[in-house]
Amino acid sequence: MLSRRRLGTSVPLLCLLLHPTTVLAAWEVNMPRGVTDISQNIYSLHMTIFWICVVIAVIVFGVMLWSILFHRKSQGAKPANFHEHTTIEIIWTLIPFAILIAMAIPATATLVDMYDTSDSEVDIKITGYQWKWRYDYLNEEFGFLSNLTTSQDAIYNRLEKSPEYLLEVDEPMVVPINKKIRFLITANDVIHSWWVPELAVKKDAIPGFINEAWTRINEPGIYRGQCAELCGKDHAFMPVVVKAVTEEEYEIWVAERQQKAREEYELRSKEWTLEELMARGEQVYSASCASCHMPDGNGLPPAFPALRGSAIATGDMAKHIDVVLNGVPGTAMQAFRDQLGEIDLAAVITYERNAWGNETGEMVTPLQIMETTEQ
Amino acid sequence: MKEETQVRHGRLVKRLLLMTAAMFGFGFALVPLYDVFCDITGINGKIPGPRQASSQVLDESREVRVQFITQNNENMSWEFYPLVKEIKVHPGQSVKVEFLARNPAAHAMTGQAVPSVAPSRGADYFHKTECFCFTQQVLEPGEEIRMPVIFVVDTALPKDIRTLTLSYTLFDISKATTIKTKG
Amino acid sequence: MSAVVDDSHIHEHHGPAKGLGRWLFTTNHKDIGSMYLWFSFSMFLLGGTMAMVIRAELFQPGLQLVDPNFFNQMTTMHGLIMIFGAVMPAFVGLANWMLPMMIGAPDMALPRMNNWSFWILPFAFMLLLSTLFMEGGAPNFGWTSYAPLSTTYGPPSTIFFILSVHMMGVSSIMGAINVIATVLNMRAPGMTLMKMPMFAWAWLITAFLLIAVMPVLAGAITMLLMDIRFGTSFFNAAGGGDPVMYQHIFWFFGHPEVYIMILPAFGIVSHVIPTFARKKLFGYTSMVYAIGSIAFLSFLVWAHHMFTVGMPLAGELFFMYATMLIAVPTGVKVFNWITTMFRGALTFETPMLFACAFVILFSIGGFSGLMLAIAPADFQYHDSYFVVAHFHYVLVPGAVFSIFAAVYYWLPKWTGHMYDEALGKTHFWLSFIGVNLTFFPMHFVGLAGMPRRIPDYALQFADFNQVASIGAFLFGASQFLFLILLIKCVRAGRRASAQVWEGAEGLEWTVPSPAPYHTFTTPPKVV
Repeated sequence: MLSRRRLGTSVPLLCLLLHPTTVLAAWEVNMPRGVTDISQNIYSLHMTIFWICVVIAVIVFGVMLWSILFHRKSQGAKPANFHEHTTIEIIWTLIPFAILIAMAIPATATLVDMYDTSDSEVDIKITGYQWKWRYDYLNEEFGFLSNLTTSQDAIYNRLEKSPEYLLEVDEPMVVPINKKIRFLITANDVIHSWWVPELAVKKDAIPGFINEAWTRINEPGIYRGQCAELCGKDHAFMPVVVKAVTEEEYEIWVAERQQKAREEYELRSKEWTLEELMARGEQVYSASCASCHMPDGNGLPPAFPALRGSAIATGDMAKHIDVVLNGVPGTAMQAFRDQLGEIDLAAVITYERNAWGNETGEMVTPLQIMETTEQ
Repeated sequence: MKEETQVRHGRLVKRLLLMTAAMFGFGFALVPLYDVFCDITGINGKIPGPRQASSQVLDESREVRVQFITQNNENMSWEFYPLVKEIKVHPGQSVKVEFLARNPAAHAMTGQAVPSVAPSRGADYFHKTECFCFTQQVLEPGEEIRMPVIFVVDTALPKDIRTLTLSYTLFDISKATTIKTKG
Repeated sequence: MSAVVDDSHIHEHHGPAKGLGRWLFTTNHKDIGSMYLWFSFSMFLLGGTMAMVIRAELFQPGLQLVDPNFFNQMTTMHGLIMIFGAVMPAFVGLANWMLPMMIGAPDMALPRMNNWSFWILPFAFMLLLSTLFMEGGAPNFGWTSYAPLSTTYGPPSTIFFILSVHMMGVSSIMGAINVIATVLNMRAPGMTLMKMPMFAWAWLITAFLLIAVMPVLAGAITMLLMDIRFGTSFFNAAGGGDPVMYQHIFWFFGHPEVYIMILPAFGIVSHVIPTFARKKLFGYTSMVYAIGSIAFLSFLVWAHHMFTVGMPLAGELFFMYATMLIAVPTGVKVFNWITTMFRGALTFETPMLFACAFVILFSIGGFSGLMLAIAPADFQYHDSYFVVAHFHYVLVPGAVFSIFAAVYYWLPKWTGHMYDEALGKTHFWLSFIGVNLTFFPMHFVGLAGMPRRIPDYALQFADFNQVASIGAFLFGASQFLFLILLIKCVRAGRRASAQVWEGAEGLEWTVPSPAPYHTFTTPPKVV
């Protein structure tokens, strides 16, 4: 998928610097060709302008190098007297102008194509949050959050880094190949930007406004990207993963998700045990809370308070539920009622009340959360 | 010599200071100019077009799919969704759809819905004659309301636009003091 | 050109005051120029230290040294300090020192305002730097300060940052007014505009750009302040505003700002190259027109910083075409410098080394700029390290190298001593290797998909990031060589003649070295 292109830049020092975690690193020097017609058009435009620049550079720097070598005073050169030449100056103004016009034509065609979002077959709403993405499948009526799964331990060098370090999520966006997919992009809080290099899709996610983009993927595969607009502390930690599958696999996946949504709905009224809630809660905590409150519950005070031994996690239950569901205005604590389902909310609150020595023995059930949200 | 210096520079310096002040004003003027420019050139970002369509002649030869999506901003806790997710309309046809909003909190809250239309070049052809986004919405604790939107898709909508998406973002403005609404 | 009568001995008793008071109250353009230059160099070292923190964290994947929020403060402050504290004041310092002498004037037009222009800066930067120690830390939203990250989500120190930038803006505007008044009103008799040295042209046009756009920045940051503190909704959709409007207003300032940071460099290089080629600048007239058209076009391209924001197609196309167009006059200038060298009699003292490196490396930055102009391709480049590579090439081996060239070129005139040429060449070569090691690999990681403004990255970007960090440490360390060289040269060195360089031409080379405290108290006649 990614082309390896050595442009002849050798730096001897580098041999000395091979590092265990970089064994898997590639010396990528170029943009990916990508897996869509648009990405390949863009790649061509990129290479064309690149080679134009190289040719101009060779000519221009060549002349300069010639002078540096052969017009030195130390070799006896005597300075010439000319300091203008109107004809040459006109020529070297018009030629670049013409090159630019030639370049603008295919660039315009590709841009017009990129703006044509009509007649899509799948519509997905993408919402940027601090610091994760949400994907809502508008035709199918389900949606989910997509969180980074790289652990804080890996980030802080306590654990080995996996090959997909910082580019792995719990729930990728799954899409069918060979179908036109339209993205409707917005944000919940600050400006983010959704970028997948191999699809050549990048669009800013702006709170209060909706942006459009589209793609048609030609090859199945997993395509990874990142947020491309500084959005706060964890801007580097909200990747994008798109899994492109055949149409049949996509239909199966959609059915599975719809089934899962139905089952979640049913599971809300089951009798949950403390252990079950704790197990699920730990996963939810890891995906949605640990980046600020830390895996050990100690947080990063004062901005991100500790939950371990905290009044909220060991004190009044109703207050704890309120903080998690409705957030704390004026701080970075978001309202999770919109982001997590009732089971996940119940599980994570239960987890927080019992982990790290908090040991309240208390639990919250999904039904209780439902009652709170509907009251 | 000092006199001479001051005389020589005074006029120029005054003009340059005036230019400075003018450019400062220009920076602020860019705020309304932003909208004026969009109006004049017809280049719209994403704000829906004027409330009244220029004509109401029905064009039954085409159908336009209008999609509705909603989201809450930041910590806005209301339930907010369209009662129909999409609808097919004829340009020139006046259509009413409803959105549901419910305040689940224990205190009264004020919400402001902000609309945005995609694709942006279709925005000017989407006319909302009535919309809950024109005003703030105050809901008591637990209160639930149905909010209508009445719209017309302009018959002049470019033929190659077959889908319009109307998006509403709901903001919690309970604490805000000065509100400007933009339909 | 006729000889100048040096009558400074008549005013000997009006020489510089003694002690600290001299520096606090001076209205002398040479003193003020020196203060600007020392201030800018110390800001360069400070901003450079922040760059070292950034590159140290980015040396390997994983978070080793700083937390992400502090990293964001470092990138923000690095940008603000380098732009407003290092590059711009350095060019103003060079203007102060050299413009009056180049045009045969006794001082700047408004000497007391000149003093205020300088002294605002240390206060502005003390305020800015103090935000690092405030609760919530320094601004952490990038020097571009996009709303709503900078309004609703900014730290409490944001309003102090806004105030300090206002102060810097006032300083710049006053400096620009001074330059325009000086260049338009105080040229020696016989020096028409089209006989003016290129540095004077470059600064005249830069000064107009400053007056045009610094007030717009002031407006933009005032609007941020109003949104933060006074309940307005310029950039808040809830109140009918638009975050993208901030970007339009900011970049309306921001794009001319980058030309403000490069036009004086063009002026400097147009002095250094003819001197060491011993040949007149090729195409003086077209050089002047090129600077003028670059300045004019710079107002029409701002949204190329916003290609992914969701602009309507017509707008996107317009900005693409206008941006591509700017390459033409810029290219003309590069061709003219090279043609000046062609069939000259070249020597390669340190100023010439920096000037030649400028031409090559700035052009590389220009090429990546042309690639960025291609809007569809920009969807892949935008907010990636490819952009970081581009602007660092035009700013570091671009603007900063031109400042080094200028300092080496004019140091003998300022101090009366030749600097240590071996040390100068060493500084050059280490810097040259350093900047290329640092910034060239950034093209690669950017193309490969690495976003900017991130403290940690995926494994495939590790190798080139390591190279870049090593280059950065090398470049940073080399600047201490420069510091040593400067101190040595101020104190001692081979006596410099008035002419200093064999090929140097201009009124500034007719006064003794070091230049007397007051020069051209009587204007020379220019033929």
